[in-house]
Amino acid sequence: MSHTPDLKQTPSQTVGPYFAYGLSPEQYLYDFKSAFTPVAASDRAEGEHIRLIGQVLDGAGHPVNDALIEIVQADAHGRYVETAEDIERTGFAGAARCGTGTDAENRFIIETVKPGAAAPGDAPRIDVILTMRGLLNHLFTRIYFDDEAAANAADPVLQQVPAERRHTLIARREVSGARVSYRFDIRMQGDEETVFLDL
Amino acid sequence: MSKTTTVLRPRDWDSHPKLIDSGYKSTALRGPKQWLVPVKQNLADLRSPVYGNGIIGALDGDLTRNAVRNGEPLGERMIVTGRVLDEGGRPVPNTLVELWQANACGRYVHKVDQHDAPLDPNFLGAGRALTDAEGRYKFLTIKPGAYPWKNHHNAWRPQHLHFSVFGHYFATRLVTQMYFPGDPLLAYDPIFQATPAQARERLIARFSMDITEPEYALGYEFDIVLRGADQTPMES
Repeated sequence: MSHTPDLKQTPSQTVGPYFAYGLSPEQYLYDFKSAFTPVAASDRAEGEHIRLIGQVLDGAGHPVNDALIEIVQADAHGRYVETAEDIERTGFAGAARCGTGTDAENRFIIETVKPGAAAPGDAPRIDVILTMRGLLNHLFTRIYFDDEAAANAADPVLQQVPAERRHTLIARREVSGARVSYRFDIRMQGDEETVFLDL
Repeated sequence: MSKTTTVLRPRDWDSHPKLIDSGYKSTALRGPKQWLVPVKQNLADLRSPVYGNGIIGALDGDLTRNAVRNGEPLGERMIVTGRVLDEGGRPVPNTLVELWQANACGRYVHKVDQHDAPLDPNFLGAGRALTDAEGRYKFLTIKPGAYPWKNHHNAWRPQHLHFSVFGHYFATRLVTQMYFPGDPLLAYDPIFQATPAQARERLIARFSMDITEPEYALGYEFDIVLRGADQTPMES
């Protein structure tokens, strides 16, 4: 049973346009070490190495150049990182952060591995936090994979999403030579507005 | 049949701004228009990113020293400290608190910031800290200046610090701003005013003579309250 909270939550505020040197300094070439980078898995991490690529599109369809994407995911075996020592040992950080302001097309590009299913019955997925100027609360969404149709059809969270909107959570596999990418655009408004989750 | 499960309390929408606010123009095209889709989850599904002590450098919490080139940064030195707590009043230890801000003149070290105010060669305006066992963090920095931002005619942001906090779960993530007591610009700022009226006071730091250090720096206290967890009966 929930009870009356003793304290009230601190209100959310927008990240604003100037987060670059505070949150992603190395990506934006500031002289300050980044706590998180756009790399969730180094070359030596096990699993299929992939890139997550996408744009954040505003209500006019324009790509946003001051958005910040954060991800958390399980490794190729479906395991989450538990400790900093895990990261050292495996090369898998399980988390990444990428601003859209350093790419000519205002994309986020995250280097990672394709996750395994974190629990029986779950589809492989990546959890996403989106912040940007003009967004007063960060938003949660999820990336699923278009080559996991059977798992997606059984995933308990995806099934809570209205059927006609589920496709907005599914990334598209693109293979170019040896490089595997998944394209995942985030649309803030319009007919194809991305599903955001109230976690 | 039911069992007890630990679940995160929801985001309290009486505390947070709405996603589209007519006063803050950028929200018009950037706030989603559809309802957020509610998802039932166990806390086990809500993993926070992992970070260790290794990511905190010796000077990361001291913005008056972490970017020094040839002298002291200009402006009013201040200590900002407080606790990260959950709604039950429990401390949130060992969690990452990141801070970024304008310099004393109201200028950010950012290529997009074109405000006609000087940069400070000895001030970057970025820092980070981990909370201790009691959930306490501490920064030494410079009080930021107000600055214009073109949202509307004669628009000025109040003096503020940006804070980013994770907490222990993916869904306790919070990005917020800390403001200063008595700032006349608060009444005119659409971002501050977009916050529900009864929650705005929680964004304003408390000046503290106890934290103030003689001959050195003024002290401000700012507690940050994240979502907490409850034991809740669940359908099984």
